[in-house]
This record gives sequence, C-alpha cells and structure tokens, in this order.
Amino acid sequence: MRVVFISFFIFISSFSFAVSNEEGHISQQEELDVKEIIFSHIVNDYSWHIFTTPGGKHVTIPLPVILYSENSGFHVFMSSKFNHGHATYKNFKIAEEGFNAGRIVEVNANGDVVEGTLIDLSITKVVVGLFVGVIVLLLIFLSAAKVASRNPKSAPKGILSFVEPLILFVRDDIAKAVIGKHYNRFMPYLLTIFFFILISNVFGLIPFPPFGANVTGNISVTATLALFTFIVTTVNGNKGYWKHIFNAPGVPWWLKLPVPLMPIVELIGVFTKPIILAIRLFANMSAGHIVVLAFIQAFVFTLLSAIYFGMAVEEHH
Amino acid sequence: MEIIMPELGVFFWTAVAFLIVWFILRKFAWKPILNMLHERDQSIEDALNAAENAKIEMKQFEEKNQQLLKEAKLEREKLLKEAEETQKRIMNEARESAKAETNKMIEQAHKTIEADREAAFAEMKNEIVDYSIQIAEKILRQKLDNKEEQNKIAEQYMSSIKVN
Repeated sequence: MRVVFISFFIFISSFSFAVSNEEGHISQQEELDVKEIIFSHIVNDYSWHIFTTPGGKHVTIPLPVILYSENSGFHVFMSSKFNHGHATYKNFKIAEEGFNAGRIVEVNANGDVVEGTLIDLSITKVVVGLFVGVIVLLLIFLSAAKVASRNPKSAPKGILSFVEPLILFVRDDIAKAVIGKHYNRFMPYLLTIFFFILISNVFGLIPFPPFGANVTGNISVTATLALFTFIVTTVNGNKGYWKHIFNAPGVPWWLKLPVPLMPIVELIGVFTKPIILAIRLFANMSAGHIVVLAFIQAFVFTLLSAIYFGMAVEEHH
Repeated sequence: MEIIMPELGVFFWTAVAFLIVWFILRKFAWKPILNMLHERDQSIEDALNAAENAKIEMKQFEEKNQQLLKEAKLEREKLLKEAEETQKRIMNEARESAKAETNKMIEQAHKTIEADREAAFAEMKNEIVDYSIQIAEKILRQKLDNKEEQNKIAEQYMSSIKVN
C-alpha cells in the first residue's frame, strides 16, 4: 500500500517534470527570450534582479562577494562593482562564456583568465534566499516550541496549531511508517529537512525579494542536503545493513567470489541513493514552480531519507 | 550547463545554515515539541484506556447485577415454593389431626352412648324384675286368699315332687 503511495508521488512529480520540458521546447521555438527569462529565475546570481525599466535599465540589489584567490588572497566587495557583469573589478570578472560561464574568474591585465584555485564563498541570491528561509524557520519553530513547553497538555495554540499537523505528519506517516521502532532517533533530522525544504519551496514561489530565490532548485543545495542524509544513513547503519551490502544473504557465492560483483553493485547503490535524492529535488524544483510541488517535494525528500534510515537500522532476521 | 554546475559557495553556506538550523532546532524546538506531543499522546491514550476500563467495569457490574437479579429471582421462587409446600403440609397436618380428633370424639360419643344404654337396660331389667315380683306377689296373695286354691297349689307342688 505504502509503496503504491510513494510511487504515485514519484510518478506525479516526474510527470510534471516532463510536461515542463515540453513547454520549454515549444517556447524555445517561438521566442528565444523566454529561455533567458526562465533561466534567469532558475540559476543563481551574484546580485538580486528586481525589475528592468522600459528603457532597459536593470534594477538590482547588490550582494556581497567573498573570494579567496590562491594568487591574491581574500577579497570582499559588493557585486555592484561588476556593473551587471560588464565590468572587471580587482582583476575579477563574471565569465561570459566557457566552462565557468556566470561564475567569477580571475583575469590578468590583458583580460585573460588566470589559472589557480579560486574559492568563491559569495553570498549569492540563492544563499540569501537560504538565509531568509533559515531565519523564518528558526522564528517559527522556536516560538512554536515556546508555546509547546508553556502549556504542554492543552490543545495546540498559536503558531503551534499550524505546524503541529505537519510535525505529526512527518512523525506518523513518514518516520513511524517507514523506519519503525527506531524512528525517534531520526525525528530531529527529518523534521529539519522537511521544513527546510518546504519553506524554501514556498518562499521560492513568492515573486519578490527577499523571497523568490530558487533555493531547492539549486543542485548545490540539494546535493548538500543529500550529503547529510547520506552521512546520517551511513553513521546509523547497523550490522545487518553492512552485511547486506558486503555479503548479501540469499545471493549465490559465485556473485561474491572471486569477483565481488554483488558487493560492488550494492556499494554503488549506497552512493547512488543520495545522488538520486539530490537530482530529484533539484530537477523537480527547477522544472515546476507549482504550489503542490512545494509540499510534495519536501515530503518525497523526507520520505526517501526516512526509507534509507529505515534500511540502515532495519533488523535482519 | 550552468544550471547543473555545483557551486562551492552555495554548498558551503547551505551546509553551514543547515547545520546551524539542525542543531538549534534539535535542541530548542524539536525536543520540547516532540516531548509535548509524546506526553499528550500518552495522556490521551491513558484517558482512552481509562474510559475503556470503565466501560468494561461497567459491563461487569451490569453482568453481576443481572446475575444477582437472577439469583434473587430464583431465591424468591424457591422461597415461594417452600412456603407453599409448608402451607400445604401444615394444612394437611391440620386436616389430618382434625379428622383424628373428630374420630376420637365420635368414638368416645359412641362409647358413652353404649354405656348409657347398657346402664339404662340394666335399670330397666331391675325395674322389670321388681315389677314382676310385685305383680307375682299380688297374684300370689290373691290366689292364696281362699283355702281351696292353697290346697290346689300345694297339691301341685307335691305331685311334681312325687314325679321326681
């Protein structure tokens, strides 16, 4: 039953992805500018574009750029110095083409790209959106916790009454249903990731600053979250979990010796799971800015995390 | 291509932000909220259990009552039956004893009557004897008034002796 439920959601979300692709294809034929507009909403940026005047002037909020260069050390300055990507500042500029298109690169006096490590920790649009989400998340749940600890036995009041159904949903329908009796251990992580994704998704739908940043549609964000799920899974993996990977029961010996075919496949599976998590969330959030998805994607990511935790602590007989 | 290129800055800030949120919420939000939910669930469960227990107890009480009622009914029936039997027995006994008494009395009456009759007979006999003697005396006296007659009788007696 639950498997059907899960596959239904995954099916629905991939469907919306496919539809969006098709739409993108059609609009590409009709008007090339549409792609530009869509992509400017989806990709990250060093400044926050608000609107363009009829005269073609871009009104943007400049954001801090933080760089560490192997050649010239630390640099902190506002992105307005780049003049919307047209200017070079302190030997840095935003690359217009090539492998690093859209990224800051270090150039020499002639304008050629300089080799060397460049660590870019800029507070980009996505990072600002992330921080806004995180701050709101903290405000909501710290005040909800205050309500909870003030009157623990009465019916939920105030902000708690809004978030409690979702917390119960994560606890009963995701953690308890999928992980089983060890669910309690993973509740803080699952709740954090659920509300983190949900609030990022919802804020991504609000079309004005400081909202509207495509946080969960950014592959780096989803990859980070997936990495945490991977770490939690691996750290919590019990004996049965590892045995299942390296010496899966019920598999003929010649698949394990002398060539450890099954262990290799299982080990690859360990790493593909978080990668799938990251790509799924990223692709769906990039493809469809739909209200339903905001919830479903938070649900699916949390559910899949819970399934992996469940596998990690499952008791093998 | 740009869209799927990982960005180290975003990666770094996401990790920092997420770790901060995770640890703060874990300590100051999830713990109290989850505890509260757990406690509330527990108290609801307890209340439900108590209600269920009360229901079961109630049912047991009712069953007990029913049982008691049934027993009482049986007891009453038994008592009634016993009373009826006792009554019947007493009545029978009374009837029997009355009958015996009557018979006895009748018998006694019979005896008394018999005795009285015998006494009466005896008296009558005596009286008859007396009367007979008196009559005999009178007759004898009349007869023996004249000499001829006396001789006749004496002769009679003599002849009878002679025969002997």
